[in-house]
Amino acid sequence: MVNENDAEASFVPMSSAPDKWLRKEHLPHIWCPGCGIGTILRQVIEQFTKLGWKNDDVVFVTGIGCTGRASGYVNAQTLHTIHGRALPTATGIKMARPDMHVVAMLGDGDGVGIGGNHFIHAAKRNIGVTAIVVNNRIYGMTGGQVSPTTPQGSKSTTTPYGNVEPSMDVCKLALGAGATFVARVHTANPVYVGQIIGRALQHDGFAVVEVLSQCPTYFGRFNGMPDPVQMLQWFKENTFMAKSPEDEKEGKIPIGVFKDDKTTPELSKSYRNLWEA
Amino acid sequence: MKVALETNQLIALAMKQIEPHVVAAYPITPSTEVVQEFSQYVANGDVRTEFVPVESEHSAMSACLAASLSGARVMTATASQGLAFMWEMLHIAAASRAPIVTIVANRALSAPINIHGDHADSMGARDTGWLQLWAETAQEAYDNTIQAIKIAEDPRVRFPMLVNYDGFTTSHAVETVEILEDDQVRNFIGSIPKPQYSLLDTEHPTSFGVLALQDYYMEFRKAQAEAYKNVKDVVLEVADAYAKLTGRKYGILEDYKLDDADVVLVAMNSAAGTAKDTVDALRKEGKKVGVLKIRLFRPFPVEEIREALKNAKAVAVMDRAYTFGGPAGPLFEEVATAMVNQNQKPLLGDFVTGLGGRDITTDEIKQIFDTGYKALEKGAFEPLVNWVGVRE
Ligand SMILES: Cc1ncc(C[n+]2csc(CCOP(=O)(O)OP(=O)(O)O)c2C)c(N)n1
Ligand code: SF4
Ligand SMILES: [Mg+2]
Repeated sequence: MVNENDAEASFVPMSSAPDKWLRKEHLPHIWCPGCGIGTILRQVIEQFTKLGWKNDDVVFVTGIGCTGRASGYVNAQTLHTIHGRALPTATGIKMARPDMHVVAMLGDGDGVGIGGNHFIHAAKRNIGVTAIVVNNRIYGMTGGQVSPTTPQGSKSTTTPYGNVEPSMDVCKLALGAGATFVARVHTANPVYVGQIIGRALQHDGFAVVEVLSQCPTYFGRFNGMPDPVQMLQWFKENTFMAKSPEDEKEGKIPIGVFKDDKTTPELSKSYRNLWEA
Repeated sequence: MKVALETNQLIALAMKQIEPHVVAAYPITPSTEVVQEFSQYVANGDVRTEFVPVESEHSAMSACLAASLSGARVMTATASQGLAFMWEMLHIAAASRAPIVTIVANRALSAPINIHGDHADSMGARDTGWLQLWAETAQEAYDNTIQAIKIAEDPRVRFPMLVNYDGFTTSHAVETVEILEDDQVRNFIGSIPKPQYSLLDTEHPTSFGVLALQDYYMEFRKAQAEAYKNVKDVVLEVADAYAKLTGRKYGILEDYKLDDADVVLVAMNSAAGTAKDTVDALRKEGKKVGVLKIRLFRPFPVEEIREALKNAKAVAVMDRAYTFGGPAGPLFEEVATAMVNQNQKPLLGDFVTGLGGRDITTDEIKQIFDTGYKALEKGAFEPLVNWVGVRE
């Protein structure tokens, strides 16, 4: 039960979402203690509940990685594809069944590294898929190697003295490629994560929510933040609310909804309009 | 010198001793540690290798190909879906005669997702033109890695090579092995022979990846097919030189108690060790059994297989992969093809075992030998393909 005096506990209220949306027989999950993926998945299923969606109407697609494991736990139509290929699979599903809610949860490596080309094309087509990119800025599952979003200078198992390459900005990429809903949030504010994911799920077009998430086991340990609380604190101190991912403030990371375009037609609809014409 | 290391770490150490010019790679279980450890040698300045942590295996093999065609010594490591994702580039690397050495900790292919030992990945690469060495132990994996460089880069060969060992069973096991000194390795492999044509030879500009249609494509292919005929000699020459250096002698195949064996099991990688133990146990019971271990799978050693199996009465081939919709497992198909026109040939049966990392036990291997003896009584293996250790 929620203790009323405990502000932290009441932060995420008790709900029926886990009963309805998790395959409890597959728990406990594989994620490390303090990992951000669980926080994000919880917010996703809270929004499914809030929207009154039925389990059979949701197709939940993932690639491979720690994030990719989420499809094993969600009680919906789920598809655990291969590394990098969640979005083309999701695109196929949406084209065949535009009536379904198609949600893809991608790791940073999965989504914009090995699957980066698909990300660009899903955005360019404005296919009606919600892409939740769990950006822990590292390859979690394979043991903490450098990823396309690892910040320049950050350490990983393959960059023990710091990453020399510049990192990729998921939101700028999404905007440049034509996604019609683009937002960035972080796990230190789960309520906001939920609100934005809720908007993205209702968006009719390609919606990208980049969630900065903590991987204490690898990113944290290699970069002086082995405690997940330190990582959450870092998110709080190093982000600011902004209107565009181009906004600048003391080298901090812009957070917020950067695009919400409701006028560009969604692909599966345009396609059907063409048939009917 | 003796060291006790996990096989993946040991192979990273071999790569450090080899000091390739270029390593481009993408992590995948169970081979990740090879490149991860190697990248730390790079970061520490122990080697001068250009290390490129690319964004996918397709990119890894593309980068390796270009570097190799420029005359560089090139290595990478992968497994399973990673090797599958390289598939397009594997063919091009072989046909372009790019002597890249790729380490593979063999693992099952999806679906369902499985990270454990299985030979489906490298068996899937059997028609790509890559040479393939297979290893029973960590020691063999180390020795094969060093020899692979010298074989692949030999001007009489110039083909890329896969160096295989079983995922987890071997890749993550710690074994005490004998290693060479760094300069012994470097003297043994020498510097990479200058290729006849190089992407970086600006005095003699060269085109790779040209178009050849009905007019010349078949001639290209025939020329490539012919070129594999030199490989076995070079493999043996390199093995001889390596034996002089280390005292460890390798062949194309390894015979284990074959001379008087009636029933012979054909195996690759770690299961060969379990099979040898089983043979020892069965020999104590008076059974005439033996093991034929395949070290060089590509090019497939047809004559050597015929010679090795010439006294056998029943041959059980162990496949750790399957050809779906095909007549049998891939290794069986190859062994059967080698024997098909022999006047005197043993009975042949296929045994599919250990898929997705399922343990291959001595009991199961005994069962396979039993089936071999029963085939001798009945005059045939019936059925031809047997799935061992699987729930019905
Ligand atoms: C083709 C292919 N290459 C490599 C792998 C190995 N692999 C599995 S997950 C992963 C990276 C995961 O990183 P990310 O996508 O950021 O997800 P995270 O684990 O951090 O959530 C890799 C390289 C694979 N499964 N398939
Ligand atoms: S390795 Fe990192 S991303 Fe993966 S479960 Fe652990 S904390 Fe989470
Ligand atoms: Mg990640």
